[in-house]
Amino acid sequence: MELSGGQIVVQCLKDEGVEFLFGYPGGAVLHLYDAIFHQEDVKHILVRHEQAATHAADAYARATGKAGVVLVTSGPGATNAVTGIATAYLDSIPMVVISGQVPTAVIGSDAFQEVDMVGITRPCVKHNFLVKDVNDIAETMKKAFHVATTGRPGPVVVDIPKDITDPNIKIPYIYPDAVVMRSYNPEPQADPEKIKEAVDLILTAKRPVIYSGGGVVLGEGSAELIEFTQLLGFPITQTLMGLGAYPATDKQSIGMLGMHGTYESNLSMHESDVIIAIGVRFDDRVTGKLAEFCPNAKIIHIDIDPASISKTVKVDIAIVGSVKPVLTAMLQLIKAHPEKNSADDLAHWWSRIEQWRSVNCLEFDRTTDQIKPQAVVEEVYRITKGNAYVTSDVGQHQMYAAQFYHFDKPRRWINSGGLGTMGFGLPAAIGVKLAFPDQEVVCITGEASIQMCIQELATALQYETPVKIINLNNRYMGMVRQWQEFSYESRYSHSYMDAIPDFVKLAEAYGHVGIRVERPEDLNDALEKAFALKDRTVFVDVLTDRTENVYPMIESGKGHQDMTLRIAPGTPVDRELA
Amino acid sequence: MRHIISILIENEAGALSRVAGLFSARGYNIESLTVAPTEDETLSRMTVVTRGSEEVIEQITKQLNKLIDVVKLIDLAIIPHVERELMLVKVAINLESREETKRLVDIFRGKIIDVTSNSYVVEMTGSSDKLDAFIAALDTKCIIETVRSGPTSMSRGVNGLHL
Repeated sequence: MELSGGQIVVQCLKDEGVEFLFGYPGGAVLHLYDAIFHQEDVKHILVRHEQAATHAADAYARATGKAGVVLVTSGPGATNAVTGIATAYLDSIPMVVISGQVPTAVIGSDAFQEVDMVGITRPCVKHNFLVKDVNDIAETMKKAFHVATTGRPGPVVVDIPKDITDPNIKIPYIYPDAVVMRSYNPEPQADPEKIKEAVDLILTAKRPVIYSGGGVVLGEGSAELIEFTQLLGFPITQTLMGLGAYPATDKQSIGMLGMHGTYESNLSMHESDVIIAIGVRFDDRVTGKLAEFCPNAKIIHIDIDPASISKTVKVDIAIVGSVKPVLTAMLQLIKAHPEKNSADDLAHWWSRIEQWRSVNCLEFDRTTDQIKPQAVVEEVYRITKGNAYVTSDVGQHQMYAAQFYHFDKPRRWINSGGLGTMGFGLPAAIGVKLAFPDQEVVCITGEASIQMCIQELATALQYETPVKIINLNNRYMGMVRQWQEFSYESRYSHSYMDAIPDFVKLAEAYGHVGIRVERPEDLNDALEKAFALKDRTVFVDVLTDRTENVYPMIESGKGHQDMTLRIAPGTPVDRELA
Repeated sequence: MRHIISILIENEAGALSRVAGLFSARGYNIESLTVAPTEDETLSRMTVVTRGSEEVIEQITKQLNKLIDVVKLIDLAIIPHVERELMLVKVAINLESREETKRLVDIFRGKIIDVTSNSYVVEMTGSSDKLDAFIAALDTKCIIETVRSGPTSMSRGVNGLHL
């Protein structure tokens, strides 16, 4: 079959099994868009801003495990996509971004809508390519998908100059079944000796904690993690990125850890003697002050990326491999091992943890006449029976969602953890809804974040993706305001949102349903009504308590043991409990 | 401590900037960097001299290995190795200093590869220390310009960095 470059790109997507292509047309990709026009297998989703294309594709990838695919034009189309590319990079999300480029003959001449996309994205992609010959397109596309989806996943950019997609130049098309890249060996085989060493240490632990993260979700290791945790009877804490890999409602789950993690998680980490870190990267929001991180623990670290090992925290046993096979191997060894952890030790450890848990660190004031944002998330959790896909933006609402929506399954919690990208939530919800039209998809957001990609309400209408937008509207950039309260003597420099639009009218203007909730007694009915409208996008604007803070909190520069709890706002926790 | 990281990398457009960009993005320092294709024209060999603590060097090597274009790399500073740097120095001369300068070049086993009535271009290879010593031995006033390649290096013995 003879195809033009533009047709080849589209045919590659078909052969790769791509369902959705999130994009926005422009001069440099017109040949490509013409090729898209002539087929129906790959559905193009026209966003309203290229950033949204990347977030929607990214969320599609997070929810399905398949690569998300984006198509943008050169210049501003490409630069608008960069935020979303960096978002995917920081959270290791498989994504292929095809960007148009000016014709090869004018590259470097500051041509109209020219930017050096390969140069701009180099620090925030797993890899990128500039295609300089139509004969290279198919192999490059195969490489792009291979690199994006294997090993530690990540975004890959394929920059294609306009002349390479010229409809008048046709060549025979073959999509390679596989590509071999001599410099890329993504699946390291874990060292069996290290696994054995780790198991020996695990089975002698007196105060163990399993600390699991996004790598378990990405590596499809949830079932193995559950078996591993339950076989050992250890407490498990999960990172923001890992939520759902182990069911939050199980008694062995002690909640999220880190800056806004639970009291029981952070103190368990601090007092632990053996930490089993699985698919995590010891992010600064997790560790707090490095010098005080887990002072009494030996640390075992399982990760597919050797560069994650001992990057910030020096570990004692490093196992470089994918979590699923490593946990499977560990399970075999544990089952066959003559030794088991002392039941007395574990019982004693659990009793300490239960003591910390009894502080009930997430509890909030349920008696006020204000709507508490936590109560909104609790209500959403109840109505959706914990089964929804929840996307979020970045800030306080993100933390409330992580704390109060108890995820029992992986890939249900879709948020920008590493880069912390405001504007992520709405396009992400659209991406997830396209992947799973029969599932409930909720975007928990705030009035500041939602305005960063609000234009995607139009996309939601065009493609009939009925998502529920729960806007926790406190008229502040809540997390900024909280930090200013704690660290800048409440000087709220530019964190106040004035001139906030009427979101109900705005939703209606975009053809959706808008509901405003101002009183706690109306919350339940409003949310029930919103979720009952199955085939409509509903924007629920909830006016929440303006001064509510996210607790617990480890303030910047402090260790896990120095948490600030709600019971004594602004003061360190009573150490008697610890 | 000083480290010599020798990298076998795909000889493709942009490969050099991936390495250089990684060093600047992650705040690692580069003392020198030299690169050219190998006998296999699909591969380039790059030598980066850098300094850092053990932890930093470990991260540098891991992050470099993560680059898709990097085929293999080795830190030569921690194994027996030979190391050479090329330097060209243009020296101003006059009737008085001609002979003395030539003698100095001979002592350092350099070569004079361009001569005019008032200048020499001196070619010198050796360890970076030797080149430094030659510069120090010259009268600074007579140095018109210098150019150095930065060290290149390979391990001693039969083993080598290849596919």
